[in-house]
Amino acid sequence: MTRDIAVVAFAQSDTLRSTEEVSEVEMLMPVLHDVLAQTGLKTADIGFTCSGSCDYLAGRAFSFTLALDGVGAWPPISESHVETDGAWALYEAWTKLLSGDADTALVYSYGKSSPGSLRDVLTRQLDPYYVAPLWPDSVALAALQAQALIDAGDTDERELAAIGARSRSTDNPRAQLKGPVPQGDYLVRPLRTGDCPPIGDGAAAVVLAAGERARALCERPAWIRGIDHRIEAHSLGVRDLTDSPSTRLAAERAGVFERPVDTAELHAPFSSQEVVLRKALRLDDSTRVNPSGGALAANPMMAAGLARIGEAAARIHRGESDRALAHATSGPCLQQNLVAVLEGDPR
Amino acid sequence: MPDVLKAPLVVEFPFTRSLGPVQSAFLTGLRERVILGVKTRDGRTLVPPVEYDPVTAEEIRDLVAVGVTGTVTTWAWNHAPRRGQPLDRPFAWVLVKLDGADTALLHALDAPGPDAVRTGMRVRVRWAEERTGAITDIACFEPYDGDDSEVAVHAGEFEDPVHGIVAQARLDYTYSPGRAQTAYINALAERRAVGERCPSCRKVYVPPRGACPTCGVATAEQVEVGPSGTVTTFCIVNIKAKNLDIEVPYVYAHIALDGADLALHGRIGGIPYDQVRMGLRVEPVWTEGGRYPDHYRPTGEPDAEYDTYKELL
Ligand SMILES: [Zn+2]
Repeated sequence: MTRDIAVVAFAQSDTLRSTEEVSEVEMLMPVLHDVLAQTGLKTADIGFTCSGSCDYLAGRAFSFTLALDGVGAWPPISESHVETDGAWALYEAWTKLLSGDADTALVYSYGKSSPGSLRDVLTRQLDPYYVAPLWPDSVALAALQAQALIDAGDTDERELAAIGARSRSTDNPRAQLKGPVPQGDYLVRPLRTGDCPPIGDGAAAVVLAAGERARALCERPAWIRGIDHRIEAHSLGVRDLTDSPSTRLAAERAGVFERPVDTAELHAPFSSQEVVLRKALRLDDSTRVNPSGGALAANPMMAAGLARIGEAAARIHRGESDRALAHATSGPCLQQNLVAVLEGDPR
Repeated sequence: MPDVLKAPLVVEFPFTRSLGPVQSAFLTGLRERVILGVKTRDGRTLVPPVEYDPVTAEEIRDLVAVGVTGTVTTWAWNHAPRRGQPLDRPFAWVLVKLDGADTALLHALDAPGPDAVRTGMRVRVRWAEERTGAITDIACFEPYDGDDSEVAVHAGEFEDPVHGIVAQARLDYTYSPGRAQTAYINALAERRAVGERCPSCRKVYVPPRGACPTCGVATAEQVEVGPSGTVTTFCIVNIKAKNLDIEVPYVYAHIALDGADLALHGRIGGIPYDQVRMGLRVEPVWTEGGRYPDHYRPTGEPDAEYDTYKELL
């Protein structure tokens, strides 16, 4: 049995450099209430709930259990969690709906980068034998990739600066960094501050629904026509950093290449990674890339990938897109990649 | 609203990790100034070596010694080294393809400045003086303009091989409990207990977490509860915790403070451990300067009826 499954609502918080005045659940709750209000659903109506977050950001074990207070988890609900970006929680929810076990799903994710030092925290996801003991941080690894692209003639510092500038020219009211942002000094050469994402706290949530339920909840559902995720070898020295075969394969399996997409929401935390993704996804100027500003405008860890799917869906809801691609990434130098194709009903 | 509480939080853990045969040979080799790669069936040499071919997932074991010199395949100039990184002065991160290898190793390059670094440059290993069988046995790479080094078959066998590493990790946080718990902790310092009432189901949560887990809505209305309460359930602790100055056995209990709809936990004192019971009425005992109750002791009141606390179990 195949079922049509759609994103029927999307909400996100502002992304802020610090949110110390609120706990994670306090940050998350307004987003959950917003996304449910868009559909008129109550928490008790939701068939499946899935979340994404990361204990290393919070510095606490099982930190997601406290956030569950915000969804009304008592009496017991059908619930699951992924220890990564919420885009992968959405994938799990999508399979749950495909199986027919539920008709609606709430997917949310959140991350607070402000309590710790994000560049150090992210070193803990690296190979613990050969790499993590050297403490190479996320910017350094992205800079190695950027230099490889420059050496290959795939880009140059001017083009990278233009990607940053275009991303931050967004009118997205939720963006953390927008307007003219100077290219800035080198953070780790060849990457300058303007090539790197702002560090921020934030949350995102979507509601999925199947078939007629989706049509009842949303005027123009964003149908998930395909979704797939792939991973590459964890050793950076084994990979060709100028390419992203996992993104290309996920895109193929999701059906991206069957017809052009008019919009692409790419989760490219570094300007150089947009160059890699555009190549892997064969995007040309006919596709509008990251009208939301993408991760260079706001990169709440664990929520930025889910937000890409949500932003793509919201454009379909509003009639601004008919066929959109959404991408999420996790790990250093685009190690893991998820690609989804979303379509609206013909108008 | 008063400022939220903040405190430094250091999370530190020495992960003890065991090594398989391939990783053991590689790290032992570093200790002995030998760099080993592993051969895939299609003839490529992977350095650093892995136990499974990243393309075919086939198990691989054939070790080969590669050179201690090599070529930079990409680099990044790090002008502000961070804690734990290989050098404490500006350096380049590099991926180095060692002579005889088909893949590249990540490490640091000691160079005077970014102008002295380029892709394709030749480098060689600078060994650490003290070597233990870890990736940090390579102190860093340094520029090198000599010939390629010898590459040889190596059995990967050493005296006294390393079988494990201790991977130190330390992360520093500034912990903030948020608005609701800040209010709770501040009230405790004044020897009061405050909870928050759910606007929807009217339940009072102590300690408050800012949300009602039943209704999924924010709680805000502050309610003073206690000071006395009722033991709803308990256990007897027989194992002395490290660094804890409490004689065993002692009783740890769930205590429903008067007016609260959620039990919190605390230690029961002032009564022999085997006389603690469900329904026992208790009150908090504060020590001089304490920011929270040290323990709870019997009030002397008659026990509470089961029906008055059965919903809170
Ligand atoms: Zn309630």
